[in-house]
Amino acid sequence: MRRRKLELMSIASAIIIWEITARIINKKIILPSFTEVGAAFLELVSEGELYRDTITSLNYFAIGMGLAIAVGIPLGIMMGWFKTFDKAVDPIIEIIRPIPPLAWITFAIMWFGLTKYAAGFVIFVGAVFPILVNTYTGFRNTPRVLVESGKVLGCIKNRDLIFRIALPAALPAIATGVRVGMGVGWMCVVAAELFAVSTYGLGWKIWHWNSLHHMDMVLTYMLVLGLIALVIDRLFRYIVQEWWLKWQTGVVV
Amino acid sequence: MLSIKNLNKTYHTEEGDEVVALSDINLDVADKELVCFIGPSGCGKTTLLRITAGLEKPDSGTLTVNNEPIKGPGPDRGMVFQEYSLFPWRTVLKNITFSLELKKIPKSEREKIARDFLEVVGLSKFADSYPHELSGGMKQRVAIARALVNDPDVLLMDEPFGAVDAQTRNRLQHELLNIWEKKKKTVLFITHSVDEAVFLADKVVVFTARPGRIKEVINIDLPRPRERTSFEANAVREHLLASLGAEIQAAID
Repeated sequence: MRRRKLELMSIASAIIIWEITARIINKKIILPSFTEVGAAFLELVSEGELYRDTITSLNYFAIGMGLAIAVGIPLGIMMGWFKTFDKAVDPIIEIIRPIPPLAWITFAIMWFGLTKYAAGFVIFVGAVFPILVNTYTGFRNTPRVLVESGKVLGCIKNRDLIFRIALPAALPAIATGVRVGMGVGWMCVVAAELFAVSTYGLGWKIWHWNSLHHMDMVLTYMLVLGLIALVIDRLFRYIVQEWWLKWQTGVVV
Repeated sequence: MLSIKNLNKTYHTEEGDEVVALSDINLDVADKELVCFIGPSGCGKTTLLRITAGLEKPDSGTLTVNNEPIKGPGPDRGMVFQEYSLFPWRTVLKNITFSLELKKIPKSEREKIARDFLEVVGLSKFADSYPHELSGGMKQRVAIARALVNDPDVLLMDEPFGAVDAQTRNRLQHELLNIWEKKKKTVLFITHSVDEAVFLADKVVVFTARPGRIKEVINIDLPRPRERTSFEANAVREHLLASLGAEIQAAID
């Protein structure tokens, strides 16, 4: 309760300082005030525009994340469990991985056109590697004694060992990977939308309002982007801890 | 019956050195016999147990259980590890049902069997607890139940009580004897403790320092329950300590 109070006070003081600073500067294009941003926000909400932008961006995000999970986790499992596969695939991954996701934008558009799939692809590139690497590490770090316990209890086949022992043991690491991947993926949303794949979208609107010098709108969309990321992250953490990893001591993700 | 003939095992280190872990091991263990392995650290007793479990392969020699050569882990041998080896994502009950799930025994039946074994180790109240909620001694009791539920002929125990405090250890030794008398299994039990060996064993196998050979096999015919400080127990203990002392000195030199 006291912590809550402190948090609220901290946010309130930041808003007050922001408001005062904005009024001293008195130039909307340099720093719109809190009240101006608040008014812009209410306007966007009442027109239903913010809702449509959010849905559009979340749609790209879901495409990208869905693909990243569908590719990253199985690939991480294969690389973590089968040494030969790891040795064969790892060099390729190590070459592709350092390429910044945004560098893929041009090819994304060439391949998928100006569609939601182009945006989804960029988000996928950003999110897939943290998921892959964490899944891989989780599998590699499966305690030997658990694998051997499984073996002496009759769990011999690779498929059984993977799904009954290594995968549950790696779940905390995989959850961390998905969480980090979501963070990177959300950053890629803004960049992916830059290229006018739609006339809606939180990232696209930043550029749209920027070109019209409506900085109160720009700041509103920035804050909404941050807020949504925060909500997604909190929600994911809650789900993981309450459902997935209830068996764990303490907090890992 | 468990029979080991002319068994040898050498490890190759990464530097290219050879470490002879076991040299010319010959040992017969009768059914329902409780045998303790004792010897200096690194004398290969764990290796011998792991080979018996099927987790490692000997370089030469044969190891048979009921005249069947050991090819890998099998349901005729159960193992309790020195480290805590319960699956942390499974409840106590689900840890015990693990091997029964693999055998495709229906849920209600396997849970009934598991509950019976939980009662044997005195942990019925903790069926739905997760391993992290248990003390070290309780974890090992669950591990024993998990190994026994498979109904193995041979129970392999690698210093299972090494990590618990002295009082708990005494109690666990009593419980092990109770279980052993009820279930009548052949038990191979590694220990560092001469007291433990004298209290538990029908037969104590003393190993030499590296390379691991069998130095002597001592039969203990004292009736159970044994008085830890009786004259006879003290005599055996003294003999073992002297025998072991020479080996530990050799290991240091």
